[in-house]
Amino acid sequence: MWDLSSLALETARVRGATYADSRVMDVRQRELSTKNGQVGAIVESSSCGIGIRVLAGGAWGFAATDRLTREGVQQCAAQAVAVARASALVKSGGVRLAPEQAYVDSWQSPFVKDPFELPVEGQLHLLLAADAEMRRVKGVTLAETGMHFRKLDVWFASSIGSRIHQCKVTSGCGIVATSFRGNEIQKRSYPSSFGGQHALQGYELIESLDLLRHAPRVAEEAVALHSAPQCPERTGTIVLEGSQLGLQIHESIGHPIELDRVLGQEANFAGMSFLTLDKLGKLRYGSEVVSVVADARLAHGPGLGTFAYDDEGVPAQCTEIIQGGLFHGYLSSRETAAAIGLPRSSGAMRAESWNRLPIVRMTNVSIVPGSWSPQDLVADTDDGIWMETNRSWSIDDRRYHFQFSTEIGWEIKGGKKTRMLKNPSYSGITTEFWNSCDAVCSRDFWTLWGTPNCGKGQPMQTMGTGHGAAPARFRNVKIGSAFSES
Amino acid sequence: MTRAPISANHWIAGQLLSSAELHRIAEDVFRSSDADEAEVHIDIVCDALTRFANNCIHQNVAERTLSVSVRTVYDGRTARATTNRADPGSLRQALAASASLARSRPRNPSLLAMPGPQKHARVRRFFGSSAEVTPAARARVVRDVCRLAARRGHTAAGIFATGAEQMALVNSRGFFAAYHQTRAEFSVTMLGEDSAGWAKASAPDVSAFDPLALSGRAAEKAERSRCPRELPPGRYTVILEPAAVLDLVGFLYYDFAATAIRDGRSCFNRRMGKQVMGSNITIWDDVAHPLQSGAPFDGEGIPRQKVLLVDRGVPRNLVYSRAAAKEAGRRPTGHGFALPNEYGEAPVNLVFAGGRSSLEEMVASTDRGLLVTRLWYIREVDPYEKVLTGMTRDGTFLIESGRIAAGLRNFRFNQSVLEMLSNVEMLGPAVRAAGEESFDMVVPPMKVRDFHFTEVTKF
Repeated sequence: MWDLSSLALETARVRGATYADSRVMDVRQRELSTKNGQVGAIVESSSCGIGIRVLAGGAWGFAATDRLTREGVQQCAAQAVAVARASALVKSGGVRLAPEQAYVDSWQSPFVKDPFELPVEGQLHLLLAADAEMRRVKGVTLAETGMHFRKLDVWFASSIGSRIHQCKVTSGCGIVATSFRGNEIQKRSYPSSFGGQHALQGYELIESLDLLRHAPRVAEEAVALHSAPQCPERTGTIVLEGSQLGLQIHESIGHPIELDRVLGQEANFAGMSFLTLDKLGKLRYGSEVVSVVADARLAHGPGLGTFAYDDEGVPAQCTEIIQGGLFHGYLSSRETAAAIGLPRSSGAMRAESWNRLPIVRMTNVSIVPGSWSPQDLVADTDDGIWMETNRSWSIDDRRYHFQFSTEIGWEIKGGKKTRMLKNPSYSGITTEFWNSCDAVCSRDFWTLWGTPNCGKGQPMQTMGTGHGAAPARFRNVKIGSAFSES
Repeated sequence: MTRAPISANHWIAGQLLSSAELHRIAEDVFRSSDADEAEVHIDIVCDALTRFANNCIHQNVAERTLSVSVRTVYDGRTARATTNRADPGSLRQALAASASLARSRPRNPSLLAMPGPQKHARVRRFFGSSAEVTPAARARVVRDVCRLAARRGHTAAGIFATGAEQMALVNSRGFFAAYHQTRAEFSVTMLGEDSAGWAKASAPDVSAFDPLALSGRAAEKAERSRCPRELPPGRYTVILEPAAVLDLVGFLYYDFAATAIRDGRSCFNRRMGKQVMGSNITIWDDVAHPLQSGAPFDGEGIPRQKVLLVDRGVPRNLVYSRAAAKEAGRRPTGHGFALPNEYGEAPVNLVFAGGRSSLEEMVASTDRGLLVTRLWYIREVDPYEKVLTGMTRDGTFLIESGRIAAGLRNFRFNQSVLEMLSNVEMLGPAVRAAGEESFDMVVPPMKVRDFHFTEVTKF
């Protein structure tokens, strides 16, 4: 692959590019699903191509092709330069890049069991068994399961001399029980909703999740929700379970800290950010118990945002985002970092595949664990609602006002989890919400959740991000407005 | 170093495959196959997108992708494998992967044999005007848009995209269908100091819309929504522009699937044949509608039929894949997804009947209400009552005494789509609308009473 990379860079240089990088990516995926005892998707795909990004005439161009021949790569590089020259018709100043070293390296994400080397029969057997376990519960009208595996080889080369090969394996799975009764559709998911848990791991992740043990529980809870009282509408205390807190971090911290949004580059689609540059180092984002990092290093854990180098050749880093409640840092690229005078990119440029331009994305944006246990947190709560597993999520285009609902809630009274509540929801303003956080559970209850479906960019790119989270408590939160009649 | 020839004018046309080439790929697969049946999907995408923000182009991309997807059947067992290379070796690998997966799964006794040759309607949606747009031509349009923005004191952000797609479906029972079309899309946000305006259009033919006119409309919205006022949440009469209507009603599309009804996850369960919307709401699925786009055959190769889904507020018909049709004792409607899948089918060419009221007439008839340009981040809160939540964005206005009185801070809504479609007081002509949450459809602007806004944000 290095021959093609070199050819791409040389063609770009000859055509007049002042900077170029190329990514040859070979992506293999397997998707399996079941529904009510029948196999649904049973699909494998492989895709290999090259994306070439160039600076010419002081502006960016990008072209991608699946024609991995010398002629195909030369044409693609020439096209990228032609596109950049067109961009130069409408530029403001030139593009400046924060300095970065050249790296020559090779990295393989660790895994124990290669999911692609294991028989599909066994994987389907597990899904069908979990499916059957859920359907054993009377009242379940729909049982669904799924597994997804991805193997990604990337050869990155740049005109500053980097040659980086990375190979990553990700795995994910989840189960869902749905119950339709009367005028209600209720569902429960495990280990999380919208595809379950995903991580930079092999099949050992699937085995660790013990789907069969949890299948009866989620099925019973889905049916029981019909008989549960409606979550009340009021202002009060909530405790968010880890996966829901992970999505809360994703939407109300992860996206607003993307520096391309802050600089207006996403204004037409994904939106901008309330975190304007004047707030850096000054804004009280959250309470003192709220500290958040964006950490792409393997030391942080095997997340969907874990890698050795980002897609413009910047090494993985840990960036402090919120320190003791104070807003401290952005996610950046070489260009956006330079634009605001930062000495270096935070290493957050990522592309979905070879045919997409790298853009600023979340890595693993995680809350730093606190000191509580969930048991102590509940015992310390006189009156509140425990909310678990996301059902819907929505936030405005500057990431201020949000509303989330979860699949299930539990009333907390006098320090004890009591009755089940259906249709829980809460809403708020990002900074007010994080400033109302008064407790975060400890490392023992902290999980690096994977969000496989983060959409951003035009053309749209779907990216996996990681979010380390543990149960946390918030005070004076608006509860129940999603189902408000007023 | 040899300079590779590149002809921007004919870039797209040169990337698509001839009918003979499509047949060659399929025959390469069939020749190597020992499956009972085999099917080949070929998809080619040639897209280019120029993206601008802060009154300059900051991203500018072009891509060409091919995928060849092979489905095999062995004794009632089927699976799919896809490659993005069409050389004989890669095709054999995809075939082998598909065969291996198929043999790994349990038998499905209700799996239907692949269809034989079918007759499809011919639709022509390939326009040279779109295929021949060069990066420089897109850049010149963007330059004019940015100049307009600067003249009026705004910052412009948006996209101008052009491209083409080609697809073919061939199976070992002699079925062959192919389709290609162009596409073009322009979207612009004009940002003022404390306001914004937005406009968007898409069409197979790039000359069907005027980017500068759209930019002017977005600029006017930004100007008219300066110094936004804050209104308390509550139920308001609201005039929804087509993009806002699209992004709400788009959430209904899968509810019309027979499989969704069988699985108990459609909001039309127990509501078929009942008056669940106003009598002024009629919805078809119609791929041949002149404002629609897409192939005239579905993922199984069945011709897409025009289906009356909702007749004057009453849901009358569903769409059926071949399997769902057999189970229900109906004929397939040509809305099936490529097999194997768990979702069955869905209508993807929705067309709403429109009315005769213009937006201006709707505003003039409103004593107190809101005009909404665009909605954002819509998600389903209650799947059976079809309650959706989301935000207004980029042009929300207060109407008082039949006139636009002020710009407003953006609202969050929690609104049942079924209830909304029961409360429609006026309809405008249906147009091809482009939003962000749904695929493009033909929908009218609507004036709706008692739309439920639950909270207000800070801008």
